[in-house]
Amino acid sequence: MRPRTMYEKIWEAHLVHEAPGQPALIYIDRHLIHEGTSPQAFAGLKATGRKVRRPDLTFAVMDHSVPTKNRDLPILDADAAAQFEALARNCRETGVQLFDMHSRNQGIVHIIGPELGITQPGQTIVCGDSHTSTHGAFGTLAFGIGTSEVEHVLATQCLSQFRSKTMHVLVHGKRPRGVTAKDLILAMIGRMGIAGGMGHVIEYGGEAIRALSMEGRMTVCNMSIEAGARAGMVAPDETTFAYMEDRPFVPRGKEFQQAVARWKAIDSDPEAKFDATVELDAAAIAPQVTWGTNPGMVSDVTGKVPDPASFLDPDEQKAAVRALEYMGLKPGTRLVDIPLDRVFIGSCTNSRLEDLRAAARVLAGKKIARSLKEALVVPGSRMVKAAAEKEGLDRIFTDAGFEWRDAGCSMCIGMNPDVLPSGERCASTSNRNFEGRQGKGGRTHLVSPIMAAAAALAGHFVDIREWDVDGAE
Amino acid sequence: MQPFSNHTGLVMPLDRVNVDTDQMIPKQFCKLLTREGYGRLLFFDWRYVDGEKPNPDFVLNWPRYQGASILLTRANFGCGSSREHAPWGVLDYGFRVLIGPSFADIFYNNCFKNGILPVTLPEAQVDDLFRRAEQHLGYRLSADLPNQTIADELGLQITFHIDPFRKQILLKGLDDIGMTLGHEAEITSFEKRHQPSATMYDPVDFSTPGPTK
Ligand code: SF4
Repeated sequence: MRPRTMYEKIWEAHLVHEAPGQPALIYIDRHLIHEGTSPQAFAGLKATGRKVRRPDLTFAVMDHSVPTKNRDLPILDADAAAQFEALARNCRETGVQLFDMHSRNQGIVHIIGPELGITQPGQTIVCGDSHTSTHGAFGTLAFGIGTSEVEHVLATQCLSQFRSKTMHVLVHGKRPRGVTAKDLILAMIGRMGIAGGMGHVIEYGGEAIRALSMEGRMTVCNMSIEAGARAGMVAPDETTFAYMEDRPFVPRGKEFQQAVARWKAIDSDPEAKFDATVELDAAAIAPQVTWGTNPGMVSDVTGKVPDPASFLDPDEQKAAVRALEYMGLKPGTRLVDIPLDRVFIGSCTNSRLEDLRAAARVLAGKKIARSLKEALVVPGSRMVKAAAEKEGLDRIFTDAGFEWRDAGCSMCIGMNPDVLPSGERCASTSNRNFEGRQGKGGRTHLVSPIMAAAAALAGHFVDIREWDVDGAE
Repeated sequence: MQPFSNHTGLVMPLDRVNVDTDQMIPKQFCKLLTREGYGRLLFFDWRYVDGEKPNPDFVLNWPRYQGASILLTRANFGCGSSREHAPWGVLDYGFRVLIGPSFADIFYNNCFKNGILPVTLPEAQVDDLFRRAEQHLGYRLSADLPNQTIADELGLQITFHIDPFRKQILLKGLDDIGMTLGHEAEITSFEKRHQPSATMYDPVDFSTPGPTK
């Protein structure tokens, strides 16, 4: 048999129908939905008299617009309240399993899928959300879809898709101290650009990827979409299996052993060909800070805000001029000299227990800078929150001056009351620094959790490598 | 979905690379429950000052581009969030055709679900169209999907490539859910072979318990 990539294996195992010149029909193992992109899909079903084909394979959660404090009070935002009502009603009517905002398993959709073991190697997973690529960390084919496609999957449990091209991203060597999964992926995006992965499914490999925890791999796969890629994947290995064991939806005992044997066969064949290959040296990567209005506008923390004239492409020059104007930054300013108003630790990129532990190690026994207006930590799920509280992380954060909140997307997108005010500057562990992303006029700098924690203490960015803290390991 | 065959209209150039869907329809409007009514919200933060006054510096507000129905874009248009509110806004504003060097994957897919024709052309041709649209007041283009051409009134004619299947979807305004349901037998037999299931071994805290089997 022809050697195949992991993507090709999963794709072929899910083919329902294929004909030349047409997109293939692939079966979807898990469909995740949230309140933001599903109401119109359910309305469409209703209008056409169609049913949800597999409610048992569909999981819904409230995450984008949920408040992160006082959740027991009535929701004042009428639009958000209507979204929650619509999701609850749609789930009740169709039998879809819902984690509402009061469930102890509630959280950001891409956090709870893996944490509950709903996400498993070899599956196809879709969600009306571009960061569905996160689940690829388990060796699943997972990607974001539009609302019309959500409706399509609800009705048919299938998706009509053209095959993607494949890209192998190899990160060789060892990550230096203070350099995290977030820095690897930001550095990669900086190098290949935010459209560098367009049309491709990325498979990550190499020593530095293998050495990452599942949390780190999820961070990397999560931001694949910021490189324009359709999905990101990491082949499952012992790290994956150890993470999965005993999660609520993962089989037990002998069945688990059988599943592991199946999962091991998903890895790309050694001779498999990729359409493109990109190689990076982890040892050469520094902590990253974005300076502009997309994740590709990024630099080593030791760098300076670039001069737009230094870009060769005229479109990029114009974009850089605009970005600096929006960000209120002058060329030549050292990144470590940029003062901050707020710090946000959260989002599906960096709000898992490992992220909170790392940030807490930096903060332990210290206080955030007086100049900060607010520092928020928003656990990715209520399970992460509970686990963190059991370890006393909440106390470390609140003692340092952070607010400890309930789980949700929060200031990653600002659909709930957690909005970055206009003109204010925020160090954020999220994934998008687009104009207005965290709030109209808000200025976002993307960083890792330890960089965000250090910046909170200093009131400006710092090179975490110069600090002698455990968190930097 | 309304079918697309031919369209002639005024061209508006949007000279920015990497226009993301957060800019097309900002998040606060992603809480609405409808598919309609997003046209007045399109490019909201660029288009309005303080959320209400039209921003005279933004091209969409220039008198010469009022009534535009063809949007010229730069590379990687529609990157970022998967929100279909973006193409809903594009369509509801009145754009039927988008022309640019490249479109982000999810956005590109979403266009075909909504009867919008995204035309991908080489960078040099797009540059030329930008020049023409900026130089000639009232510059119009005609998009002819059956013949896969773009033409102006000055004699320019460009052929474009489009996947033949997607072309048919647009031409006929096909409901692809209906098409997929036509493969019901194959879906059922796939399910018989593969037995997709999500078995719960430890209880979790569902608010709605899901289907009873
Ligand atoms: S945390 Fe941010 S990026 Fe992730 S799903 Fe929520 S809004 Fe999207």
